[in-house]
This record gives sequence, C-alpha cells and structure tokens, in this order.
Amino acid sequence: MNTRAHGWGYTAIGVLILAVMLFPLYWMLNVSLQPSGSAVGTPWIPLELSFDGYATALREQGRNLVTSLIVALGSVVLSLLIATPAAYALAQFKVRGAGVVLFGILISQMIPGIVVANALYNAYSDLGLLNSIPGLILADSTHGIPFAILIMRAYLLSIPGEVIEAARVDGAGQIRAFVAIVLPMSRNALVTAALFTFLFTWSDFLFALTLTTTETVRPVTLGIYQYIGTYINDWSSVMATAVLASLPAVVLLVVAQRFVAAGVASGAVK
Amino acid sequence: MADGRGPAGVVVAAPDRPTSTDATPAPPRRPAGGWWSPRGRERLLQLGFLVPAVAYLLLFFGYPVVQNALMGFQEYTTRTFYTGEAPWVGLDNYVTVISSNVFGTAMLNTVLFTVGSIAGQFVIGLGIALFFHRRFPLSGVLRSLLLLPWLIPLIVSGAVWRWILDQDNGALNRFLGALGVADDPGWLTSTSLALIAVIGVNIWIGIPFNTTILYGGLQDIPQDLYEAAALDGATGWRAFRHVTWPLLRPVVNVVLVLGVVYTIKVLDIILGLTNGGPANATQTIATQAYHLSFKEFRFGEGAAMGNVLIIISLVFALLYLRANRRALAG
Repeated sequence: MNTRAHGWGYTAIGVLILAVMLFPLYWMLNVSLQPSGSAVGTPWIPLELSFDGYATALREQGRNLVTSLIVALGSVVLSLLIATPAAYALAQFKVRGAGVVLFGILISQMIPGIVVANALYNAYSDLGLLNSIPGLILADSTHGIPFAILIMRAYLLSIPGEVIEAARVDGAGQIRAFVAIVLPMSRNALVTAALFTFLFTWSDFLFALTLTTTETVRPVTLGIYQYIGTYINDWSSVMATAVLASLPAVVLLVVAQRFVAAGVASGAVK
Repeated sequence: MADGRGPAGVVVAAPDRPTSTDATPAPPRRPAGGWWSPRGRERLLQLGFLVPAVAYLLLFFGYPVVQNALMGFQEYTTRTFYTGEAPWVGLDNYVTVISSNVFGTAMLNTVLFTVGSIAGQFVIGLGIALFFHRRFPLSGVLRSLLLLPWLIPLIVSGAVWRWILDQDNGALNRFLGALGVADDPGWLTSTSLALIAVIGVNIWIGIPFNTTILYGGLQDIPQDLYEAAALDGATGWRAFRHVTWPLLRPVVNVVLVLGVVYTIKVLDIILGLTNGGPANATQTIATQAYHLSFKEFRFGEGAAMGNVLIIISLVFALLYLRANRRALAG
C-alpha cells in the first residue's frame, strides 16, 4: 500500500484536506483582525488590519486569562505530584490492589463531568471552595490526573527493573531511587504529561461554569461563554479572545512535537 | 463524608496476606515480621507512592458518584443550603425527570448526537488516516497541524462555529448564497437543523483524534502482509478488507468505545452553540442534567438525570464487553 513514496500530487490533496479542516480557525483569526463593529459581511481576508479586537479582549478578558493560566499551572503541578509516584508504583512495584486502581482509573473516564460537578458544587459550598483558585485547581485535575497516570505508567513500564535494582543495591532508598534515577529518566514522559494536563485544564469549561458564580475567579473559557451568551455586535473582540485562548494549543503543538520526536529518538538509541 | 476513610482503608487492606515468597507463616493482615521490619516498611513505602492518587480518585470520582446516587433520592434544592435539610423522597426525582416532556427528546437527541458524531468522525477520520498512510512530501507536518481543532478549547470551537453558522452574516450561508444553493437556513435557530449543525461541529472536532489513533494503528500493520496479499492478487479494496480491517479491529474498538464514552457526556459544545435550544431541539441527557442542577437549582433532579447518564454509559460498556467476548470466542 505504501511501498513507494508518492509525489506532490498527494501533498496538494493533503493541503486541501487541511485547508477545509482548518478553515474555522482561519476564520477566527480573520474576524479577530477586523475593525470592530463590522458584524455585517466580514471580508474573506482582513483587508485593513486592526488590533482593536485584541485591545478589547485584553482589557475585558486579561484578568480571566491570568486566572486560567494560574489554574492550569497549579493543576499541572498537582497532577504530576500525585500521578508520577502512582504511575511508578503501578509500573514497577508488585503492589496488591494495583489492578483495582488501574480499573478505577479507566472507569473514572466514564463518569460524566456533570455528575462530578453536581456533587462538588454542594461540597464546595460547605467547604467555602466555590469561586476559589484552589477549588478550581483541585476539580480541574480530574481532567489531568487519570490521563497522566496512564501515560506515565506506560512509559515507566519500559524502564528495566534492573536499573532501579542496581541503584537499590548501591544503597539508595526507595525514595532516592525514584528521585535520582527514575525521574530524570522519564523527563520526556513528564513533559508530555505536563503539556497535556495543561491543555486539558486550560480548556476546562464545565468546572468554570459550575464552580464559579462571581466575577472574582473566572477562567477565560467562561468569559467566552458569557460573550456568546449575549447579543454580540462586536465579533472581533470575541474572536480575539478565542485566538488568545487557543494560543497554548498552538504553542504546545509545536513544543510537544519536539518532545515526542525526542522520545522516539531516545527509544531508538536504546 | 466518606472521604477520609477510603485511603486509610486501602492502606490497611492492601497487604492483607503475605506473598508466596514468604517462607515463614505469618499472621494474616500483617506483612512478615510486622510493619517495622525492613520488609514491612518497604511495603508501607511502596503503598505511600499510591496513596495520594487513590485518595484523589476516591474524593473526586468516588465521592461524587456516591453523593449523586444519594442525592437522586433526596429533595435537594437551594433551600438545602440554608436549612441543611434534604428530605428523602424515594423515587420522586426519577419519576419527575423521566415523566417530563423533555426526557424523551433528550434521550433521542443523546442517541442521535452520539451515533451521528461517532459515525461521521470515524468514517472521515479513517479516510484521512488511510490517505496519510501513503508517504508523500510534508505528510508529517500536515498530519500534526490537523490536530489543532482537537487541541483548542471546546468552547472556543463553539464560539467560532456559532459565528460561522450565523443565519444572516455567517460564513457558511454567505458561501452557500454565493453558490446559490440555499436560502439562508438558520443552522442554529431552526428546530429541524440545530441538531444536525451541532453534530456536524462535533464531527469536525473529533476527526483529528480518530485520524491520529487510526493512523497509529495502520502504521503497526506489517508491510510484508500487504506484499504477501498482493502476491495473492489482493490489492486496493480487497487488501483493505482482508488485511487492513481485520488487523485494525482492536484499534477501531478502542476508538469507538472512547468515542462513545466521551461523546455521550459532551456539554461544552452544545452549551456553546445552542444552550440546548431552540425549544430543546439539541437538549441531551447531559445538558438537561446541567440545566436542572445549575439553572433551576433542583440538584436532586439533576443528580437523577446524571445517574441516568451513568447507567446508559454502563449498559453500553457491558453490551460492548459482551459483544467483544462473543466476537473473540466465535
């Protein structure tokens, strides 16, 4: 089927597929660069570049973007702190109940977010965690922790047990072997898990929607939702906010590509 | 709350029997030599690696499921926050929720939304994966760029598509108008079109995921199988049917199950595009559960609706497991 390499004709078709798939994103960028107030008949290309939309977006949503950033970074730290040791234990120790934990992680993916939100809202209300950054970090980590455990466990399974055994024989304790040997070896897996956890929590909408009720703590996803919930006469600032909210995905796609490539290369050397 | 008990229970329960390597018989529920022997401490330390994750999973997945199960039988409203009382009402919430006018619509919409989305994503995703499976210049770059629609926040996609599908000024209607094929259909405002539009957008979102996983599966099929098949005269469609498809089946299963599990609970994209409207035309079980709890503050009924969603997921998972076992056995 792919015994021979194909020519540029295929590239042309590929570009066409990509153009169709990415048109909405082009449209987002196009509208974001139009002068504000031109809701009727947006030109197909931005004829006169205007950054008014971005100015409005940063003025109205800048604070929310910062909130999203803090929550996402906090969630990455929490997720990795919880997931990495667990992934290591599940991959390398013969712990009783490991199968149950793994099964629980898979089942957790079937639990609808709205069910979690429904219960958390009431618990948070009692605990005073509504409208708080820690509350959002804790809840948003439901997107990241199960995923991070699974992806890092898969990687840590590939570390030969003898490497860790050797460190142990040299007198390193369980924790030292983990910190000094395992963590440095799994840098790529850690980076990949961190990038995706960041993306998941940055994109969170459900917990932003249900666990915040005031303006004080408001992630940008909710800011966008409130924009489109009212009658819009200035789409350029809505789309500018959308572009800003998409930036991490674009940046991470470029960065993660590098790390995925590095992971493949290091695997080939071994 | 049952929070604190869970993790501790695991710590106590996990090393309940000595492993087979222990030569000396040890009392049950205690590792050989007691907790403070070197081996006992080692075990404790090993469990320590797992405890935070188990505690988190119990608190943020286990507790909500249990709490929802309970709330489904309680009259849990805003009043509960002030009085602290949530009277038990038996099956009242379920009766109210299931006998409401919206339930039938929401159920049907959930099925149509899930089946339509999965079918579209899978067929188009597989087509694109097969296309990219041929090597050609820049295919790697194009393939990674294709991931973008899947990586951006769903609510962003919702906002963008809301503007593209706008009846009067949307890009789609302007395009169709220029071609002269349609007379400004109200994609998101017409009760007969809204669900189709929402499914269409969700297909767009899901294509990259399907393509990526299926592409990975295609790469794992050994090349010499195709060469052997070609010797037997099987190329093109016949090679696909007799080589590609059977070997891709495990990956196909994963994609479809994950697809259903994720699609059935989708909230962001529907709320972003239509909020479940117009006139409940795009209301699903998930959006209705949200609506009951967080718009009408009838948390008990919202919990009942959420539990219906969990049950549907479980039934699907069981049916899937059974079908798969039969396929393996047959």
